[in-house]
Order: sequence, then structure tokens, then C-alpha cells
Amino acid sequence: MNFSSWLLWSVVSTVVLTSVLAGSQGIGMTRMNVPYLLGTIFTPNRDRAKFIGIILHFVNGALFSLIYVAAFQAVGKATWWFGTLIGLVQAFFVLAVGLPALPALHPRIANEQYGPTVVRQLEPPGFFGLHYGIRTPISVIVAHVIFGAILGGFYSIR
Amino acid sequence: MNTDPPKIQDYAVIGDGRSAALVSRHGSIDWLCWPRFDSSSVFAALLDQKVGGHWSIHPAGDAQITRRYLHDTNVLETEFSTASGKIVLTDFMPVTSEEKKKEQLWPEHELIRQVRVAQGEAHLMIDFSPRLDYGRIVPQIKNAGKLGWRIDIGTCVFTIRSDVEFVQDGHGLSGTATLKAGEVASFSLSYSAEAPAVIPPLGDLVAHKLQLSIDWWRNWADQAKYEGPHRDEVIRSALALKLLSYAPSGAIIAAPTTSLPETVGGDRNWDYRFAWLRDAAFTVRALFGLGYKDDAEAFVNWLLHATRLTRPQLRVLYDVFGESPPDERVLGHLHGYAGSQPVRVGNEARDQLQLDTYGEVVEAATHFVGTEQRLDREMQQMLRQCGDYVCAHWSEPDNGMWEYRDARRHYTHSRLMCWVTLDRLLQLHRRGQLSGIAADKFEKAWREIRQEIEERAWNEHLQSYTQELDGEALDSNALLLALHGFEDAASARMQETHRRIRARLGPAPGLLYRDERSAEKNEGAFALCGFWEADFLARGGGSLDEARGVFKAALAFANDLGLFAEEIDPITADALGNFPQGFTHLGVINAALSLRDREKREGKLEGPS
Repeated sequence: MNFSSWLLWSVVSTVVLTSVLAGSQGIGMTRMNVPYLLGTIFTPNRDRAKFIGIILHFVNGALFSLIYVAAFQAVGKATWWFGTLIGLVQAFFVLAVGLPALPALHPRIANEQYGPTVVRQLEPPGFFGLHYGIRTPISVIVAHVIFGAILGGFYSIR
Repeated sequence: MNTDPPKIQDYAVIGDGRSAALVSRHGSIDWLCWPRFDSSSVFAALLDQKVGGHWSIHPAGDAQITRRYLHDTNVLETEFSTASGKIVLTDFMPVTSEEKKKEQLWPEHELIRQVRVAQGEAHLMIDFSPRLDYGRIVPQIKNAGKLGWRIDIGTCVFTIRSDVEFVQDGHGLSGTATLKAGEVASFSLSYSAEAPAVIPPLGDLVAHKLQLSIDWWRNWADQAKYEGPHRDEVIRSALALKLLSYAPSGAIIAAPTTSLPETVGGDRNWDYRFAWLRDAAFTVRALFGLGYKDDAEAFVNWLLHATRLTRPQLRVLYDVFGESPPDERVLGHLHGYAGSQPVRVGNEARDQLQLDTYGEVVEAATHFVGTEQRLDREMQQMLRQCGDYVCAHWSEPDNGMWEYRDARRHYTHSRLMCWVTLDRLLQLHRRGQLSGIAADKFEKAWREIRQEIEERAWNEHLQSYTQELDGEALDSNALLLALHGFEDAASARMQETHRRIRARLGPAPGLLYRDERSAEKNEGAFALCGFWEADFLARGGGSLDEARGVFKAALAFANDLGLFAEEIDPITADALGNFPQGFTHLGVINAALSLRDREKREGKLEGPS
């Protein structure tokens, strides 16, 4: 594994991923604010949650990029289209498995069966994150595809 | 459905320092714009009973209705007494300190309605019919099960939660419930522009938020250092003003509504959901006078920020973040309040030239810094720019403070405020608080303006100051010559001017038309002008008893909750124009402060009454 190449491109790709998701919120593609979603695991404070969430998102980006890098090393090839393919798989996993499972993991997300409580008041994402806007899946897929393409295109195998 | 709208004075206002809702006497929310004051509407029955959208909660059958704000708060209670029982409807938007908000999940915006049966039994009827974008969008409301009902509209989501089971009809949601004494039903409408939205539970949390809100408003009201006459009315005005302030920036908007008519059925219907520089001096004096230093500071900071991009030129009005308001548009699909068309959003006055704004801003800054505080560099630069601009432009015609959309004229009030600009800057310079001004140039212009007002704004034949130079028409704002210190209120000229204004522009005690155009067209009396008169008398223009009498007479035109619109119909005493109007409430506070000062001077301070 090329450590310095992984470190550099995982940071770059996570920056772009975060920016694409934030941008798609800005242009009304989705209401989903990923740093807020992640940060509220630790605090109800809206501002602090966003700050914690950004750090957490970067840690996630670095960890997930390790899986990409492992795949590149395993097949001995890192190309933009291979990265894109992994990004697509990851996006579907996030949408179909990760987001719907959040209410079970996140201490402040409300349960659809029981409704909100004093502690659990946050709107659950629903299947494919559709509760956060009907075009949420598109922004998640686009962001992860770009994430994978950057890693695949620029990571150099040693 | 009855298409006659309630009278304007039959509305109450609730808010959260970012947005406001108007609640009718009959328990219907007929106006709400989210997420900010100048956003498009969620409910706009105020401007069109059929298509605007509303949210009503009331008991079935006839009811006697009384209402009040909980003491020193903006939490509204409407009491319905029916043949079978008595219910109390409490309406509020939760507010609390930023510190407390950080300790718990708090929706971006929430409006809570709670019904409590005080006596007997009540059959409740609820009709929730939102119409977004000023009635143009009939939103799809989805049942989200235990999470409530949702309106997902692209970039935002509304959630409605209720203790009463709703059914979907063609218009929205409706529900009925029979409640017995002691039973409570709560309703919450929340808004979020980002996900995950906070979906507030009802039950105990509603009571908790109600208590937090009551505490927050009372804590704010308690900060007022006012021990003068009519304490409750003055604090109500301060609370109304606080509802018009946009907490994130410190801006204070003129009113939370658009297009409530100055004449019912007329076309003078304007959007007031923006911040006017014209109100700056009165705002800072009122806030400081009552002891709200933090609010005054926030407002002055907004003033500095808002004007930064356009200096040395100042716009007439800005939005809450200091941007230019949107282009004025007519909403042709809305019937208008009682058929008063057109309904406008945006305000074309933004492009007018109003030279008085320079004096307002400089006067506000002068109040703010007092006689000892140092001015920072940015404030000094802004003040110098104002002075230079006024020196170069004071002799030009402008649109004047009443914003008539006709030819520019040489308005006396605009000249007065140009004089105020230079007068206050020279005072600051002499006290060593402001450096780097061209004092000789300022002083020369200051003298020329004074001379011009004395010679050309005074009409010897009328024995009065007039609305414009070499003019024949009167304007109530001539009283401001004394309020801004250009003339002594007791001077022969001001006494004569006041007599003429009272005789020709005063339809009733406590009321004055703003000018002769208004008087001739049988428009409403301008509520603020009645308080200017009380202020003028309190400053030496009359006896203390005269001042008290006019103040009391003017206060009598408030609605049952102590709120004022822009104008008053002198025949019916109905409120006219946008509601509630910050400018009028500023007038209440400033007149009360002058009255208090006069009472102190004469050793006759009566204390709260």
C-alpha cells in the first residue's frame, strides 16, 4: 500500500464528497446535512453537532477509502472507472442499508413505529434516504461516484 | 365560508424573533411566513380568505371571545366561552436563550397551539389548510404515521403533529374532538430546511416549551428600566418591537405583513417586511431609553453591516441581512384584504432617494455612543461618508419620508434631517469623538440648511412650517423640527405650527393625518403622528396635562391587546395598514420617555399606571 498516496487522495476525495453533498443541499437536491446527522449522535447542540460531524465524516472517508485501496491493491489496478464502480456499490449500501439502519444506531433519531420522544426527535431517513428529499439518492450516488473516481484515478499502486 | 376578513385590529401577533404569525380573534392563523419574515407564506388568508390558507381551532357554535397576552410575554391566550363550556387556546412560537437551545433538540421553527378546557365541555373543530407560496401551492400532505403529517416541498419539510386525530379532506386536514374540563389537546407545526428535521413530541414537552417561552419573554421585559406612566402599554410596545426584530442579524422590520391596505379597498398596499433606515434614530432612542442596550447594539451593528456595500449612498430599506429587497411584484391571484388590490411583495421604495435617512443613521449612531464613548474606525468612516454625502446633495429634491411615488420635491423634513446629520457630526467632532471631517465645509452647509429651512419652509401667511420649501401644505412631521432639536418646542413658530397642524390635520384627539393629501383623501390618520404630538407637547410644546391627555387619547386607539397598525380610521377607529407597525410602537415608547422626563423635571412622576 502506498501510504502517502492514500493519505493525500483520501483527504481530497473526502473534501470533494463533503462539498458535493453540501452543494446538493444548497441547490435544493436534498435536505440531508451529513455532518449534522452524524454529529447529533454526540450532542443536540446544532452548531457543535455540525463541527463534530465534519470531523467524523473525514474519519469515515479515510476508513472507507482503505477499502477502496485494498481493492485496488488486490487487483493490482487503480483506475477512475474501477473507483467509480466501488463508489456506486458503496452509495447503494449507504442508501439501502446504512441510512435505514440509523434509527437503531443513532440515539436521537425517532422511531417510525413509536413516534418522537423527548430524547429521540430527529426525523429518520427512511429507505434510500427519501425522507430527506426525493432526490437524496441522486446526490448520495453522485457524491460517492466522484469519491471513488478520484481515489481510483489518482491513487498510485506501489 | 365567510369571505369577510376579520378587522385588522382583530388580529394578534406571535413570533420567535425570525418570523411571525397573525392569529385572528376567532382562533385562525391567517398569516405565517417561514423561515423568515419576508419568505413566502404558509398561511395567507389575511390577503385572500379563499385561497390564502389558514389554520383554525375553535369550539363549535357561537362563543364569546376574549383574549390577552400572558403578562409581559408574547404568548397569546384566546378564551372562548360557549353554552357548554369554556376553552382557552394558547398560541406561541417557542423561544428561549441560545444556551438553552444547545441543551436540547430544537426545531428550526415551530408554532404550538394548545387547547385547555377550563369549564364544562367543548366540541373542538380544527381546520388545517396550508397554501404555500402565497396560496399558489396546494401542498400534498402525507401521513407519516406516528411521526405526524408531512409536507415535503423540495428544500424544506413541514411537520404537523396533533393530539386530535386528523382526517384528510380536499383542502388539507381536519379534526374534531370533544374535550372535558381539565383536558388538554396540543398541536405543533414545525419547519425544517435541513435533514434530519427535528420532529417535536407533544405532551410534557409542550408545557416545558411554554414555560421556557414565558420565562424568556418575561426576563426580556424585566430588563426594561422604565418607571414612567403607562408602563404596561410601553412594555407591550417594546414586546411588539421585539417580535419585529430578526435575532440573527439585529435588523428590525417595519411590520410582519404585506399589503394590508391604508384604505380598505384602496391600492396603497405595500410590503413592510423589510428594515427601513428611516426608523433608525427612533429605534435606537427607544431601545436605549428603555435600557435595552444589547438590542440597541445589535441594531447598530446591523446598520453598519447593512450599509457597508452601498456607502456613501444609503438605500431606503434593506432586508434582514442587509441585502437589497427583491423587485416589487404584484400577486394578481390574491383577492387582497377585503378586496384591496394589488397585493405586492417586494418594495419599489428601495430605489427612491430619501435624504432624511442620513440624518436618521447619524442620529442613531449619536444616541448609541452617547457623549463619552469612543467611536471605532468603521463607525467614524461611515459617519464621515454620511457627512460628505449630505454636503454634496442636501439641496437636491427627493421622495421624502412618506415615499410618495411621484416627482421628487424639496421636502422640509428631508432638509431637517440633512441639518441633523451635520449638526450631530459637528457635535461629535467638538467632543473629540469624531476626527477627520471637513469641519468648515460641514459648518457652512449646516448654516445654509438652517437658513433655508427658516426662510423657505416657514410660511408667513399660514404662520406654519410647511411640508416642502415655499409650500402651502402642512405635514405632521413638522413637529419633528422640535423633536430633533432644530427649534425649541416652546418657540413661537413651533407653537403656531402645532396649532395649524392640530386644526387642519387633526380629526380627533390623539389622531393626526400625516399631511394634507391624506386629510383630503379621507385616508386614515397616521397613528405615529398622534404620538409625535404627545412627544412635542411633553418636550415643552404644551403643558404636562396636555401632553398626558394627547398620549392617553392616542393610546386609546390600540386594539384590545395594545397593538397598533400604521393608521387609524378616524370615523370607525379601525386599524388600517400593515400590522403591527413598528414605527407606531416606537412612537409610543419615545413619547412615553419624553413624558417621563417631563414629569421628572416637574417633580410629578406618577409611577406606573
